[in-house]
Amino acid sequence: MTNSIGEMEDCEVMFIIGSNTNENHPVIGSTLRRAVTQKGGKLIVADPRRIGMVRDATIWLQHRPGTDAALINGMLNVILAQGLQNQEFIDSRTENFEAMKKVVAGYTPDKVSEITGVPAKDIIAAARLYAGAKTGAIFYAMGITQHTNGTDNVKNLANLAMVCGHVGRPATGVNPLRGQNNVQGACDMGGLPGDLPGYQKVADLQARKKVAAIWGRKTLPAKVGLTVTEMMDATEHGEVKVLYIMGENPMVSDPNLRHVEKSLKKTEFLVVQDIFLTETAALADVVLPSAAWAERDGTFTNTERRVQRIRKAVDAPGQAREDWWIITQLAKRLNQKWDYKSPKQVFDEIAKVTPSYAGISYARLERGNGLQWPCPTSRHPGTPILHAAGFARGKGFFTPVEHQEPAETPNKAYPFTLTTGRILYHYHTRSMTGRAEGLNQLAPECEVEINPADARSLRIKDGQMVKVASRRGAVTAKAWVTDRVAKGVVFMPFHFAEAAANRLTIGALDPVAKIPEFKVCTVKLQKA
Amino acid sequence: MAKAELTLNGKKVSFTPGQTILEVCQQNGVEVPTLCHLAGTTPTGACRMCLVEVKGARTLVASCAMPAGDGQVIETESEKVLIARKLNVELLLASGHHNCLTCEANGDCKLQALAYQYGVESVRFEKSDRYYPTEDDNPFIVRDFSRCILCGRCVQACNEVQVNRAIGFGYRGTEAKIVTAGDQPYINSDCVFCGECVQACPVGALTEKKARGKGRSWETRKIRTTCPYCGVGCQMWLHVKDNQVVKVTGVEDAAPNYGRLCVKGRFGYDFVQSPERLTTPLIKVRGKFKQATWDEALDLVAAKIKAARKEKGANAVAGLTSARVTNEDNYLFQKLMRVGVGTNNVDHCARL
Ligand code: SF4
Ligand code: SF4
Ligand code: SF4
Repeated sequence: MTNSIGEMEDCEVMFIIGSNTNENHPVIGSTLRRAVTQKGGKLIVADPRRIGMVRDATIWLQHRPGTDAALINGMLNVILAQGLQNQEFIDSRTENFEAMKKVVAGYTPDKVSEITGVPAKDIIAAARLYAGAKTGAIFYAMGITQHTNGTDNVKNLANLAMVCGHVGRPATGVNPLRGQNNVQGACDMGGLPGDLPGYQKVADLQARKKVAAIWGRKTLPAKVGLTVTEMMDATEHGEVKVLYIMGENPMVSDPNLRHVEKSLKKTEFLVVQDIFLTETAALADVVLPSAAWAERDGTFTNTERRVQRIRKAVDAPGQAREDWWIITQLAKRLNQKWDYKSPKQVFDEIAKVTPSYAGISYARLERGNGLQWPCPTSRHPGTPILHAAGFARGKGFFTPVEHQEPAETPNKAYPFTLTTGRILYHYHTRSMTGRAEGLNQLAPECEVEINPADARSLRIKDGQMVKVASRRGAVTAKAWVTDRVAKGVVFMPFHFAEAAANRLTIGALDPVAKIPEFKVCTVKLQKA
Repeated sequence: MAKAELTLNGKKVSFTPGQTILEVCQQNGVEVPTLCHLAGTTPTGACRMCLVEVKGARTLVASCAMPAGDGQVIETESEKVLIARKLNVELLLASGHHNCLTCEANGDCKLQALAYQYGVESVRFEKSDRYYPTEDDNPFIVRDFSRCILCGRCVQACNEVQVNRAIGFGYRGTEAKIVTAGDQPYINSDCVFCGECVQACPVGALTEKKARGKGRSWETRKIRTTCPYCGVGCQMWLHVKDNQVVKVTGVEDAAPNYGRLCVKGRFGYDFVQSPERLTTPLIKVRGKFKQATWDEALDLVAAKIKAARKEKGANAVAGLTSARVTNEDNYLFQKLMRVGVGTNNVDHCARL
């Protein structure tokens, strides 16, 4: 997030797009609903489904899945046509405005209405409401990024915020809500094929030299590595022989599961380190037992870049050990002279290597409420709001974005659009929530959301089992007949291994971020 | 903003117009007991525990709902106030079945604490004969309205703190009760089991099912940590007894959640205690897992990495780190891949 969660209670206009906030980030959902019900803020929700946040929305834009870029262009079009932009901000803080303006000029409300299915008057109203606010904040999640044009979608949201100058002030900004507890940290720490800690680029010789020096090496490998999806291809073809997976379960979470299953089975030597024998661990040659979250010390970095402590409360069972210990033992066997004795010692090194974490220490985290990076020095208070004085690259850059149809569009054989996501009571692949007493009782099985009109024409009744099939596979799950979804759209959560939505989803990737298009593929339905 | 002044227990103090008397007291370290008051929500003045005496006012006033006024003279511990508060506690105790011995909230109950503080030894009033069956047909929350003092904190928590709007006041007069829509049990209502109402309830009317019988509040240790589920990173207390997490509560007054948690964070902790946990390293031999020692397992992994590297180079090894584990673990994992193995083939499932 460019901004912080707490300040959003005082936000005047909130625009949520592609985030089922009250189920996936429930406490942020509460914060935003408080902004509406207690403080008189206004809410715009853009989502193909009537998600919980719609109840408090002044305007709900129910756009067709995969048409986010067009919808945002429509709003930009209205703002510029009606002269509602913040010209002073545009002139002083941004560049390439004209190019963006030219592209969005083609996206009149009527045209956008045709593409998205949203009434033109609602597009106009939403644009006016957001642009007219003193403080306007955008929130998005996987609904924006999990598309073949996900990177474009994100840039387009930045366009929208910059045009209105809703950046760098309290209760504004473009705020991605990160899914897993420490996605932010995993990226910050260099858990990426092209990035060293702190997003220092692998391709940058100076960065490599600097980090190598701290690590006591002459050089670091210069070739950018493989992404998850590329790894799966490479193991399948025998280019990668050893795959070491720590705390992930791609056997449920990856798109196009059949492919993943095939790759993992073909992997010459698979090592999985986890707290349970997950679907992925079951395929491993060696399984290493980890200590769980309540059994160790360390830090997580949340979606607002706040670095916070976790603390050991109970002992790990049997011989399960902390991941840092396991990795250290392995490093020793690979001739590394590592001597880490505690997470604190590791963190001190993180602060040396990672400029944005340089001022953070366990001692500082012990006082106060964590620290938000960038925090470059030990006196720096942390950064609740990014881009207050300027953008990282000097000026904010407008990137013109064109609408692009999803990789699959409905046809006669596959007439429905499937979109996937999470539900309140479960988390990711359910390796944790599936084993928490009670959560399973409240949401024991996968339910496919189907519009009543579609259900009627297929003669499917609420609670009946239905077979959902795509070009890649088929699963059977229980029907939930509901007008939460529009006609022609079905929704499935991806948590359940028994009815894994990712047997259906498509492997098509965004060319830049390499994110799979989970949010749109086409399927057919029939009574099971 | 313009400052104003009032006299608090004989001392002149200044305040910002718009503050309540209670806020002025708290700001000046003067303790005023409260039951129904819930930070961040509209004051209701329902419990009347925070009564204070304002010179010139005809009756005692509820300090949580009364704005502080310039020149007011306030006494928080006058005889009149103390008598009223004690009477109040007695009335509340008489309003339900407050048998502390069998109550889950014993030791963690505001009413019990106030009875002790104000020296209530016996209740002079006839006890209420209201009796409600306990509701526990959901996995997480036990509702026992025989112990409810109708303070309304749960209603405030649900409607104003979490904005889930699942409960409210129902019925009238002596029939008054906290209800969901249609007075259904939680399991059949709009309740999403965030548990905020339980955290807010000052007595034993709302308690956690999973924590029942697992330990009294004075037997548990509280350890502060961060939720392991979503990216909000809520701050929570783990209540631990005998090497087991028995309960989780939100950390009040701390960003980012200010006390709030959702169903996963509050009730999803017991995967840690699952009998399905992995407890030893495993090596697959002819399609079957065999238990191994750490040395055996790690030696084998290291040997395989070295062999692959020798045969095809370091890029024949790849690693997936995790959005679930700590920064320290992620940092070491990528360092292992980059210098231990010698490849940038490291990624995680952030995209997913
Ligand atoms: S658990 Fe949460 S949603 Fe349910 S009644 Fe209590 S506060 Fe409301
Ligand atoms: S259930 Fe608890 S919080 Fe709710 S009104 Fe009764 S005593 Fe107060
Ligand atoms: S308590 Fe709920 S909202 Fe908070 S971090 Fe955990 S899962 Fe997210």
